[in-house]
Amino acid sequence: MKLLVKGGRVIDPKNSVDEIADVLIIDGKIAAIGRDLSVDGDEDVVDAEGKIVCPGFIDIHAHLRDPGYEYKEDIITGSKAAAAGGFTTVCCMSNTDPVIDDGIVARHVLRKSEQAGLINVLPIGSITKKLEGEELSEMAELAREGCVAFSDDGNPVMKSDVMRHALEYAHMLNLPILSHCEDLNLSRDGLMHEGYYSTLYGLQGIPAEAEEIMVARDVKLAVLTGARLHVCHVSTTGSLHIIEQAKAAGACVTCEATPHHLTLTDEIVGDYDTNTKVNPPLRSEAHVKALAHALASGLIDCIATDHAPHNVESKDCEYAKASSGISGLETAVAVIMDRLVHTGLLHITDMVRLFTVGPCRVLGLDSGTLTLESKADITIIDADAIRRVDPATFYSKGKNTPFKGMELRGWPWMTISGGRIVAREGRLA
Amino acid sequence: MRFDRRKDLLGLRDVEREEIEAVLETAVPMKDIITRDMKKVPTLKGKSIITVFYENSTRTRTSFDLAGRYLSADTPNLTVSTSSVQKGESLKDTIKTIEMMGPDVLVMRHSLSGAPHYVARNTSMRVINAGDGINEHPTQALLDMYSILERKGRLEGLKVVIVGDILHSRVARSNIFGLSKFGCELRVVGPSTLIPSDIEKLGVKAYANLEAGIRGADVINVLRIQKERQHGALFPSIDEYRELYMVKPEHLALAADDAIVLHPGPMNRGIEISTELAESSRCVVNEQVTNGVAVRMAILYLMLGGGRDEIAC
Repeated sequence: MKLLVKGGRVIDPKNSVDEIADVLIIDGKIAAIGRDLSVDGDEDVVDAEGKIVCPGFIDIHAHLRDPGYEYKEDIITGSKAAAAGGFTTVCCMSNTDPVIDDGIVARHVLRKSEQAGLINVLPIGSITKKLEGEELSEMAELAREGCVAFSDDGNPVMKSDVMRHALEYAHMLNLPILSHCEDLNLSRDGLMHEGYYSTLYGLQGIPAEAEEIMVARDVKLAVLTGARLHVCHVSTTGSLHIIEQAKAAGACVTCEATPHHLTLTDEIVGDYDTNTKVNPPLRSEAHVKALAHALASGLIDCIATDHAPHNVESKDCEYAKASSGISGLETAVAVIMDRLVHTGLLHITDMVRLFTVGPCRVLGLDSGTLTLESKADITIIDADAIRRVDPATFYSKGKNTPFKGMELRGWPWMTISGGRIVAREGRLA
Repeated sequence: MRFDRRKDLLGLRDVEREEIEAVLETAVPMKDIITRDMKKVPTLKGKSIITVFYENSTRTRTSFDLAGRYLSADTPNLTVSTSSVQKGESLKDTIKTIEMMGPDVLVMRHSLSGAPHYVARNTSMRVINAGDGINEHPTQALLDMYSILERKGRLEGLKVVIVGDILHSRVARSNIFGLSKFGCELRVVGPSTLIPSDIEKLGVKAYANLEAGIRGADVINVLRIQKERQHGALFPSIDEYRELYMVKPEHLALAADDAIVLHPGPMNRGIEISTELAESSRCVVNEQVTNGVAVRMAILYLMLGGGRDEIAC
């Protein structure tokens, strides 16, 4: 099995590569990278001229809803959505039913992902049993069964002592805690970012401080314990300041931002379109700008989708009753390309870093590169392709997206997983 | 935008000054009808206006009901009991069911902000928002504006102060949106916990002190304290609220000479407004009730074409 990807612009941030080159894949591994690689005639050839050839993109924050909520998404449809969206690795969150607080549930995820046979799905175990925020999950067992991190995402761990112990215990296993930072007392009843627009639209607000207070707490606990803390979906300037200080002081703190928090403001909530409802909420323009700046400056370690697919009934209702979340796997790359790269806010090589080595550093994975002999996971971008976002064509069961109808420039052109072409131009191969 | 061309009335946020003027002008002859011995004109004969209330209300519902009847429309009511909601029918399906029975206008009250906007997107019926959550109550603001105009002869340049729980008040929000289009100087007064964020960006000045907020005001709109919304520690007690924010006759001395007092009702006498003030000639609460019917008649008349066939969707 040989595959030659010819003539693309190869960007491999880990190896400081940014050049026009061919990539030769043999038996699912990167065999050679160079100019005008010789052709035996027995390989398949992909003409990637004018395209950008990158290590396979990695999303460390997705809700695949399986087991338990298969009517919203399952590992098969989630894997298809990921492949179509240019991702070769997706980490799935633990808020399933049953929760991924037991090795057997992690095994279910891995087994079903093998059945899907498209991309790598890595489970994230829960911090606490049943996401109740009280007792620690059996983290060592979860790690043994393949969990790459721990998170109670969606249910913030409110008790500081529990979070402290979780960090200590995870540190012992050398795995990070991915924290959904939200003070539930402060965010209670809130439906959107608190500020001018919540006042204008008559919706109860969620202050930025509901996030920032918990970021501050968790950073303190990370310093106390020496553990690895990763802040999920950071959305406010205050959180960025706290994280910046923590990093400067040498704490093991990383963070991610989502495409929607990086590009959409709270102003769009005005039609009470439930597709704009997400947690943390879409913030005001100042926060959004600060986030984009922090992405370019390197303060934010990676882009993560927080892919949160929902069934129609969970969104086709009153704003307050709607579930929070955005189906993001199939739009993430195009949103970042169109709104941040093409607008000059983010360099293309930084974008590739944020989707590859960035997330790998957060989780301590050694993938995310085109290093020789590594697994041939490759994402190829067509920076000039223009398409309109049409949720009806999503592989994800979740059609919930505020990007619906938007015309975006810069889409995944091909996804290669383990040396095999799994998707082309947003469609499965 | 002409008011008689609009499909729905969801809030005053997106209603233009000219539209509001059309409603206020049309309400004048409507009020005349109410005071006649024979309170019925055939204008909306054959039209039906259904009121659907997901929240308890007597005055708003009765006001719409009578407004429709005075214009000869049929005005059935649907009371959405908690039990029917618990049966699991979605709002969308309930509204579709009603739509299929053929009414022209849906008057809706709902406890959740944005619910009428959602409904309006999903039905061909005209939708009038009779109060949604903490968002808007446009017909209340229009009747308040009418009442002010009737007493003051103008809206332009008036100093209007709204006192109470601004955060949870759809009445305050609609009044702010409406009055700001007429160049009124707007103020709100209430405990800091009940003043929404960035209210100044709406062109409103906020005061925690009642005396300071009332000074020089032409209109004082006193809101009802909604005890059911005070979960969490938003203010310590009704006693302390009364101490700090009950509007009394002596406050009128600080206001403009001929200042008037409004209240959307029902009043909590002795809490947000003293009985003495409530019963004084400066308090227009009773006129507001009559004006409410007139303004709602005007809205229904304009939206349903008043017998003309030229209504566009």
